[in-house]
Amino acid sequence: MNNGAAAILLEDVGKAFGDKIALKELNLAAPAGRITGLLGPNGAGKTTALEICAGLRPASSGHVRVLGTNPWQAGAGHRAQVGVMLQSGGIWSGASAEQAVTQVARLHRNPIDPQHLLGKVHLDHVGRTPYRRLSGGEQQRVKLACAIVGRPRLAILDEPSSGLDPGTRRDIWQLIRGLREAGTTVVLSTHALEEAEELSDWIVIMDNGRCVASGTTRDLTSDPDSQTLRFRASAHLNRAALLRALPTGFELSEDTPGQYRLSGSEISPTIIASVTAWCAEHGVLAAEMTVSRRNLEQVFLEVTAQTQQATS
Amino acid sequence: MRASTQGPASPATIVRSQAGLEWRLMMANGEQILLTLIIPVVLLVGLSLTEFVSLDADSRIGRLEILVPGVVALAVMSSAFTALAISTGFDRRSEAIKFLGTTPLSRTGLLMAKTIAVLGVLVVQLSVIFATALLLGWRADGTVLLAVPLIVLGTLAFAALGLALAGVLRAEATLAAANAVYVLLLLGGGVIVPSSDFPEPWSGLVSALPSAALADGLRQTMSAMPSPATLLGCSAILLFWAVVGGLVVRKWFKWTS
Repeated sequence: MNNGAAAILLEDVGKAFGDKIALKELNLAAPAGRITGLLGPNGAGKTTALEICAGLRPASSGHVRVLGTNPWQAGAGHRAQVGVMLQSGGIWSGASAEQAVTQVARLHRNPIDPQHLLGKVHLDHVGRTPYRRLSGGEQQRVKLACAIVGRPRLAILDEPSSGLDPGTRRDIWQLIRGLREAGTTVVLSTHALEEAEELSDWIVIMDNGRCVASGTTRDLTSDPDSQTLRFRASAHLNRAALLRALPTGFELSEDTPGQYRLSGSEISPTIIASVTAWCAEHGVLAAEMTVSRRNLEQVFLEVTAQTQQATS
Repeated sequence: MRASTQGPASPATIVRSQAGLEWRLMMANGEQILLTLIIPVVLLVGLSLTEFVSLDADSRIGRLEILVPGVVALAVMSSAFTALAISTGFDRRSEAIKFLGTTPLSRTGLLMAKTIAVLGVLVVQLSVIFATALLLGWRADGTVLLAVPLIVLGTLAFAALGLALAGVLRAEATLAAANAVYVLLLLGGGVIVPSSDFPEPWSGLVSALPSAALADGLRQTMSAMPSPATLLGCSAILLFWAVVGGLVVRKWFKWTS
């Protein structure tokens, strides 16, 4: 990725809270105009990294640039361009959704019309209800609306869809994609790999306060060794004979009797045809064939397991 | 996106709109209304019509002359100190203050907005208190306008102390401490019973409290012959507490809980 086009650039950033080290030599870049998904297990340092980017905490060491500025020392002009959704809390418990979003709008010169935004996040029917009486999902949407009502150039969203039902989550995704279409850079943290895969143009996986992998979903999952063809056939086939009918470099395992998994270099239509032809020759029906790439979950578990091993 | 028109609203708009929201939130809170409006009015009516508390006066009008300045001081204390401390403590706990730290509203702007909101609450409180006092037969003296700068100074002192308390303690501890201090100052802070009515050495100590300084000063402004020396002394005490509170806020106020 070209760092010149980064909306957020962290170089060797460290952060300690007393004895506890939250970030160590974190390097992270979020491309401008794109959605960056920050993934990592609990305690990986995602929230600390986002709070440093939001200007809520100073870094203990390293170099932090957000829209070209050090956010810890930035003034109102910079903060007007960065919309933030905190992971927990952030809204006056006695204020209604309407009051909260309207007030945040008033802090900006050219905000989105609060009523229009409340409609877009499906909160118009509870606009007058105090925040503390809203459901968890409604509270999430108030926080999101407050983060984006000022038309920020950069939106930093800490777990924007946690606690939402699947329908509402889709609506929120749509809204976040809409931000990107309008030219806003989005950086979001999430535990939901599906969400990261669905939304993000760029993914950063963090563990133990460091970035352990980054790239597009395709980059991260395009390890050719992990392409897999699964199929069902009669049990105890002669696997060695079947492998001889294929180019070299493939492995075939029978996970449970009759359930086969072929992995190796690219699973092309020719390979699939060769497998079905060999089965037909031997009077066997190959059924339920599926080709799968390595998914983000596998990548995530692999890279975070590696750092767990490295640190233990 | 219209990048050229993006940016923060003007500082004046930011503080004014935030003060408006803070005012509406304070006025909508039932417990705070009990504290800021109902208790002072009940004390004014109850203590002027009965002799439950002995005051150095032999008529209802005489009692009102002592009570009205005290109740005004109590009103300032309840909204500028107790109510402000509690609402700020809960804003810290709900992380509303943390979120505001990511918006164009500066921390100084937030403290200004909260203080302006308290002055707005006081306008409502004092209108009700003075209307009640007039109905009870109290008559405003010519020098009563001198009370305005003293009330503003008292508000600044109590607001600084309230914010200091809320910025140092956790929300629940703030709630307990702000209410406890309110009751202690109400009973023994020279508010209703003037500090000069306390026996020595208490009288000297009590008169140095911000509650007594405000109430004693207000009694001067509402008397026929205000003493400039006493007024200056009371103002100096209030200024001292405003500076103490301000320094604590500056040094130890924590924005997150």
